[in-house]
Amino acid sequence: MTLSAANLFFYFAALIAVVSTLFVITGKNPVHALLNLVVSLLAVAGMFFMLGAPFAGVLEVIVYAGAIMVLFVFVVMMLNLGKATTEQERAWLKPRSWLAPAALAGLLLAGLLTVLAGGGGHPAALAEVDAKQVGIVLFGPYLLAVELASMLLLAALVAAYHLGKHD
Amino acid sequence: MDAIANWFAAHPQFSAALIACVKAVVILLATVLVAAWMIWLERRLLGLWQDRYGPNRIGPFGLGQVVADMIKIFFKEDWIPPFVDKFTFIFAPALAMGLMLMMFAVVPVVPGWGVADLNIGLLLFLALAGLEVYAVMLGGWSSNSKYALLGGLRVTAQTVSYEVFMGIALMGIVMLAGSFNLRDIVQHQIDGYWNIIPQFFGFCTFVVAAVAVVHRTPFDLPEAESELAAGFHTEYSGMKFGMFFVGEYVGIVLVSAITVVLFFGGWSGPGVASHPWLAFPWFALKCLFFMSGFILLRASLPRPRYDQMMAAGWKVCLPLSLINLLGTAAVVLAQGS
Repeated sequence: MTLSAANLFFYFAALIAVVSTLFVITGKNPVHALLNLVVSLLAVAGMFFMLGAPFAGVLEVIVYAGAIMVLFVFVVMMLNLGKATTEQERAWLKPRSWLAPAALAGLLLAGLLTVLAGGGGHPAALAEVDAKQVGIVLFGPYLLAVELASMLLLAALVAAYHLGKHD
Repeated sequence: MDAIANWFAAHPQFSAALIACVKAVVILLATVLVAAWMIWLERRLLGLWQDRYGPNRIGPFGLGQVVADMIKIFFKEDWIPPFVDKFTFIFAPALAMGLMLMMFAVVPVVPGWGVADLNIGLLLFLALAGLEVYAVMLGGWSSNSKYALLGGLRVTAQTVSYEVFMGIALMGIVMLAGSFNLRDIVQHQIDGYWNIIPQFFGFCTFVVAAVAVVHRTPFDLPEAESELAAGFHTEYSGMKFGMFFVGEYVGIVLVSAITVVLFFGGWSGPGVASHPWLAFPWFALKCLFFMSGFILLRASLPRPRYDQMMAAGWKVCLPLSLINLLGTAAVVLAQGS
């Protein structure tokens, strides 16, 4: 494997993603934890860029970092949790509660490493996937999945309308 | 000197990168300077439209007022209140200004001038505009005071609502040009006609959304001084307030430039084909027109109520942009087959 500038940036972004995700889990202040999650999503978007999928990278920023996380931060802001929550988080984050999730994550890591050791890895930026190709695939082989997802979103929209309606 | 010239001739990649860097720095500096100059322009034009003089004491036409204000704001005490969330409080103004400047990377100024020629340029603009909301939101939250928090909540709801149809309003252009690349979009307008003609409803909804996203009057409810003190930047002082302040003007320059590129043919204009040097004057003139338009909006329109603004966004602009999208798609399909 050559250590070109593109590869180097990929590993740099991956490192940032891992470290910021760790901060999300260990963070005591909810807003700071969410901000770390935003950084992690941005780092993943950077990895998509390096893998030759700029369209997926930009969508990651628009949808996850720019819309979904904004709503998360918005709700946490409205609750205005303050110092008491930080203390509560500190009390809850005991080593005992770490054991089970850590074991499950370890299993997942082992599975991932087995797959990667089998030579399933692709080198970065072999070919660029542009918006047109993504569109053709979405409305070709995956048409049914796209339609089902849109039905699900419509149902959510109708439900939200019903809940927010003034009688 | 010869040795240096020879070295650059022998390393064309390095000299190309150097020239690109110099151009990027020139565009960056020009943007910040124009944004600062706009503070003066706004005060003078508001004076003109409201039958008074505006700043006219310092320097020619009062231009020295900008320099004087900048020197003053640099030397003001940069006070961080003890009750704030310190890191986010410092980070928010930097984010406000930095993201606005980053969005300029995709603006094609004239042929050969522009920071990045990206195939996903328009999407990058929308993505960075989506991130911009964090600046004001975090500024409001970290200040830890009720007016700032209310301003932050308002700005978040407003920006998220108006960004939805800002993106949809622009997709008609993408369909016509067949590309997210802003240079392709300008070229498509030079080959045909300006997008304002086939995309008139797209233009209307985009401009409304753009005013709301840079939260200028009449959509400046997040900083409505009659009810919220100064809104999300109530607790800010000195240069941190200055960053929010100048960032807003950078936003106006940026939105004007994007409007020109997307709907008014970018650098194209009469005489550009035979005299290429006319490209930049045309671009600058069109931008100036929209920048003055922003100021005229502030001079003439009152603020709506917050619920009226949200209702206008969701009940008028969103359906209008969706209909525009469907209509454009039908026309493109009919022409293609």
